[in-house]
Amino acid sequence: MTLAAASHGFLSPTGVEIAFVLVGIATLGAALMTVGSRQLVHAALWLVVALGGIAVEYLLLTAEFIAWVQVLIYVGSVVVLLLFGLMLTKAPIGPSPDADSGNRWVALTVAGAAAAALVWVVVDAFRATWIDLDGAAQGSAEAAGRSLFRFWVLPFEALSVLLLAALVGAVALSRRGGGAKGAAETLAPAAREGRL
Amino acid sequence: MSDTLALVLRLLAVFVVFLVFPLVIGQTEHKVMAHMQGRLGPMYAGGFHGWAQLVADGVKFAQKEDVVPTGADRRIFQLAPAVALLPYLLVMIAIPIGPGNAVGQALDAGVFYVLAVMGVGVLGSLMAGWASANKFSLLGGLRTAAQLLAYELPMLLAAASVAMAAGTLALPGILDAFHWWWVPWQIIGGVVFFTAGLAELQRPPFDMPVADSEIIFGAYTEYTGLRFALFLLAEYAGIVVLSALTAVLFLGGWHGPFGADGLGWLWTLVKTVALCFVVIWLRVTYPRLREDQLQKLAWTVLIPLALVQIALTGVVKVVIS
Repeated sequence: MTLAAASHGFLSPTGVEIAFVLVGIATLGAALMTVGSRQLVHAALWLVVALGGIAVEYLLLTAEFIAWVQVLIYVGSVVVLLLFGLMLTKAPIGPSPDADSGNRWVALTVAGAAAAALVWVVVDAFRATWIDLDGAAQGSAEAAGRSLFRFWVLPFEALSVLLLAALVGAVALSRRGGGAKGAAETLAPAAREGRL
Repeated sequence: MSDTLALVLRLLAVFVVFLVFPLVIGQTEHKVMAHMQGRLGPMYAGGFHGWAQLVADGVKFAQKEDVVPTGADRRIFQLAPAVALLPYLLVMIAIPIGPGNAVGQALDAGVFYVLAVMGVGVLGSLMAGWASANKFSLLGGLRTAAQLLAYELPMLLAAASVAMAAGTLALPGILDAFHWWWVPWQIIGGVVFFTAGLAELQRPPFDMPVADSEIIFGAYTEYTGLRFALFLLAEYAGIVVLSALTAVLFLGGWHGPFGADGLGWLWTLVKTVALCFVVIWLRVTYPRLREDQLQKLAWTVLIPLALVQIALTGVVKVVIS
């Protein structure tokens, strides 16, 4: 903390830093709306705002490539899957009276503990690190690719094996029994019969 | 200060293109369909060739009452057309039309940017489909989502192949690295990209999410007046963006047999308009696929073809380097 504070100081923030904090607050607000909203589809749409806010944070840190991947994967695909799933349920327009599982305080405790642990670990790990935003972009596609395939090849490959295992598992689960049972295979037969 | 002014002028130019081109494509679609299918209706308004039909349509849309159904989720229902239309404006900023810096804003990871932002437009259809409180709309929204899962992957893989060939993700960088023999080299990827793009735009033959003859325009069933016109505009803007992207990624953009120095923008324009014509041509030529047929096409044909293209790109790239 001393190093960063000595050379840069926290009392004269630059425009980028102010924007970073503001976007962060908006993202936090959207995230709170996501878990607090009583309307399921609204919660999913607030999630879009929260994930988009994180993409903007990446952009402000000059990590352009990561930001677009965030938009492509999370906003473009994950949320669409989420909405698709919601549309298959009986999610009403307006508040869902049965959306509260009664675990409010347990969930809040777990979320608070997880957030505290994450913040503590990140602050502890990066306390003296300072990203120089004026120099060459450190998050460009080239820089990200270089560090990924030079220093992080093993974790990258391990992750791809993990994803492959998940994919095979999903296929195995959805084929089990061969009948029209199980939520995972409702989509495929429905599409085959032309109902979708 | 002059930098800021230049940026503002660029963005203004992109905005003008965004306002004009989709309307031109819409008018072209009217005329081309009229000729190909022998439709006489659109040929009367204004006299010569029915040139005023588009104006008449615009006046009609503006006059209609803006209805929000009682059971609908008001705010999301009203927000959906903007969510569907704006991403295409943002994409146009990154598409280069000529050599040098003839681009709204050069981006380091341009390929990812355009694909990511184009994907956001689908959220508009989903929001409209859910918020309308209408069974047809919900079915349309479901089909839209199912369709997205089918075309997203082949589109990305095909674009990745070009990025591999050029060794950069920036759209101007890809065009700088272009040689004429890239066209035959990347032709499989080009066809996959264009086909998947048609599915993203929900254009015939992949228009089952809107399928007017079975689910009454799907997610847009409840929309009237200007909001409905915005959805139509989003479709035409999507055609322009898809054609321009295909021209830039697979047909060499501003490269041409001659006149590359001064007439580069004209080549981009010619290629884009030609591809737009193909999009319209396909609409009047092919019948609609079923949703499951699209899934089958995407997973058993497009994705393997895109993977073959990536392998081919990798092999050729290693051989020539």
